[in-house]
Amino acid sequence: MKKSIVVAGVGGQGVITAANIIAKAALKDGYNVVMSELHGMAQRGGNVECNVRIGNVYSPIVASYSADAIISFEPLEALRNLKKVKKEGIVLTDINPIIPPLISLGIGKYPPLNEIFDSIAKHCKLVKINADDLARKAGNILTKNIVMIGCLHALKILPIKKESYIETIKETFPEKYVEMNIRAFEIGEEEISTLFFK
Amino acid sequence: MELLGKGKKVLLGNEAIARGALEADVDVVTTYPGTPSSEIADSISRVAIYLKKNGEVPFYFQYSTNEKVALEFAAASAYCGLRALTCMKHVGLNVASDALMTYAYVGCKGGHVIVTADDPSCHSSQNEQDNRLYAKFSSLPMLEPSSPQEAKDMTIEAFEISERLEIPIILRTTTRVSHARGVVELNELNMKKKKGKFDKGKLAVTVPEVARKLHPILLEKLDKAEKISEESKFNFVEDFGGKYGIITSGVSYNYVKEAVEDLNLKCKIFKIGMSYPLPIKKLKKFLDECEKVIVIEELEPFIEEQIRNIADIEVYGKGFAKLKRYYEYDMDIVYYSLAKFFGVDYEIDDKEIEVAPRPPVLCPGCPHRATYYAVKQVAPKDTIYPTDIGCYTLGLLPPYETADFLLCMGSSIGTACGFSYATNQKVISFIGDSTFYHAGLPALVNAVHHDHNFVLIILDNSTTAMTGHQPHPGNAVDGMGNEAIAMDMEKVVKGIGVKHVEVIDPRKINEAKEAIKRALEYKGLSVIISKAPCILLERKKKERKIYEVNQEKCKKCKICITKFACPAFYFDNDAIKINPALCTGCGVCPQVCPFDAIEVVK
Repeated sequence: MKKSIVVAGVGGQGVITAANIIAKAALKDGYNVVMSELHGMAQRGGNVECNVRIGNVYSPIVASYSADAIISFEPLEALRNLKKVKKEGIVLTDINPIIPPLISLGIGKYPPLNEIFDSIAKHCKLVKINADDLARKAGNILTKNIVMIGCLHALKILPIKKESYIETIKETFPEKYVEMNIRAFEIGEEEISTLFFK
Repeated sequence: MELLGKGKKVLLGNEAIARGALEADVDVVTTYPGTPSSEIADSISRVAIYLKKNGEVPFYFQYSTNEKVALEFAAASAYCGLRALTCMKHVGLNVASDALMTYAYVGCKGGHVIVTADDPSCHSSQNEQDNRLYAKFSSLPMLEPSSPQEAKDMTIEAFEISERLEIPIILRTTTRVSHARGVVELNELNMKKKKGKFDKGKLAVTVPEVARKLHPILLEKLDKAEKISEESKFNFVEDFGGKYGIITSGVSYNYVKEAVEDLNLKCKIFKIGMSYPLPIKKLKKFLDECEKVIVIEELEPFIEEQIRNIADIEVYGKGFAKLKRYYEYDMDIVYYSLAKFFGVDYEIDDKEIEVAPRPPVLCPGCPHRATYYAVKQVAPKDTIYPTDIGCYTLGLLPPYETADFLLCMGSSIGTACGFSYATNQKVISFIGDSTFYHAGLPALVNAVHHDHNFVLIILDNSTTAMTGHQPHPGNAVDGMGNEAIAMDMEKVVKGIGVKHVEVIDPRKINEAKEAIKRALEYKGLSVIISKAPCILLERKKKERKIYEVNQEKCKKCKICITKFACPAFYFDNDAIKINPALCTGCGVCPQVCPFDAIEVVK
């Protein structure tokens, strides 16, 4: 068994934390796990990309057209990483753009959202969610990364048990934020169930 | 504390090295932070602070002023019999290399592991030099892990080898090993505080006569190292049938493994973990069993050249398929190249999806932005801006464009001396506080002594921000959480003999502009210490004010976006707005707005 996902977003959105939670939860379920992350320059509002790979894997980074899914915290970042996902894979993306500051200075262009979504939908299966709204519903926009993990779990892409995610969330956050993050996970889970399975 | 835990954990490669050092009962750890090496020492620092709360810390840790000092401190400790670990990024070893080359002659008694974290593809570096060449250059043995588990195992083994040979050993990682996470099995921790002893009367003063005696001794040790390499469990062969051979090391091994499985390649893999000196006999035997061989290694043909020396069969490597001497390898490159070598069909799609870049930028509220804005308001257009290594290098980007030249740590001041002589242009040079202590001091002495005419702006944000906020000599605390003597930047600069020195708070834009004007007018060397804390540290501390654009007062001159360019500003259709989630309340933008349209809302 080999499963690979790409977690993408913008510095400060909790991308690396999310990828870590997935990796740790996978280990709890007894899977081998390898992941990559980039530090340093990525922290200052740049794009961030983590690869999480589970099962019979060695490489910390994915090959082109080989990831089972991309979970992107921002639409443009989903597009940036599109080549990594399989044709039969899934792109799960949030729909709230964060405009790169250079675009405000007239350098580069942020494509219209429908163009981004069309490009993705032409390539593979697209799932759009408003994770910002769902995170606010959970109690804080900062829980967006956990909402995304809840969605990922409900999409049944990875064989990781819910309890393992919850256990990892409990180990990751200070006690006072645990309940809110579990709520965020469940709100994400519920959103996907409502969209697809009800 | 996870790093002191038991059982199996998902660890970063760098954390695995730190854990390995702790399992090997390391006595002294020194570093100067640099991506991708920083988390090794940062982990050790956190362990020290954690253990201090519960009693004695069984080792000593230091964020040294620079890599050379870090290596010298650890070398002295290892010479006295203590186990030492020194970590740095690849270019850090250039700084430490003066000590390293002769330290190899002198040797050590306690094990000393020197970690160099290389950065193929320059993810966060000024070059992508291959530090495996330092092993050959200095005649020191080297281990090269492929995964976090191996990073831990090799760190422990490296101490043993170093002690057996009585020379330091290099542990070489790359970004994709240091910043990979994987499952690591944790073993017993048995840490004890120790002191060493200096044995007098040995050959350790490297005057020419002594150095001439020591060099052949070093080469004898290297012969012994080759025997260790022949027997090392880190140099092993995996046989998947067939007559084609693959020789690989480092992170590339992982790509090779998956390619061999996915493409169903019949081959033998020689995985090299101890890559200097190479296990020549073992390799010769391997080559005897192969019809042809391919070497998969990133950057320089370090292994390949040595294989070519001993091989009678065809050797494939750099220049074949997609194997290049520059940039890191990835799955696509290795799959394609191996497929070609084995004559298997495999296509890759070279087309990139064109997407607007999202480079890192100075954070909202970053005081460097205020300094750069003020400088651009008053400096002549053809001013030369030598810059240095840190967050402030991001001044390169528009609209600031306050970075014209950069070589290495401290080069802003040395090159400013040269530019001020070589041209009639104004020179304003930028350096951060940590970088100033690291390598700026000798250059500033040079500038004072020769009376060079330029402006030096020291961007003093009281931390080593880019690499993760490590303390530096300007802080009153050290890496173990102990009280430390803080340098007074103004006194240091004045003490060196700079006549024109001003300390400014760049967040007061008009005062900053006036100070920069005075400095530019001053004939000779002038220094401005632009002092304001890193906003990432400030944000944690206090309640912040939130600013908003008053749409009635806003005349849409866009100065806040086109000249000041704080990322908290954005266009909402035609209106300019401030994202309250990003605004730090630094209060600089209201001073920039000519129409007083930026107001506090709370």
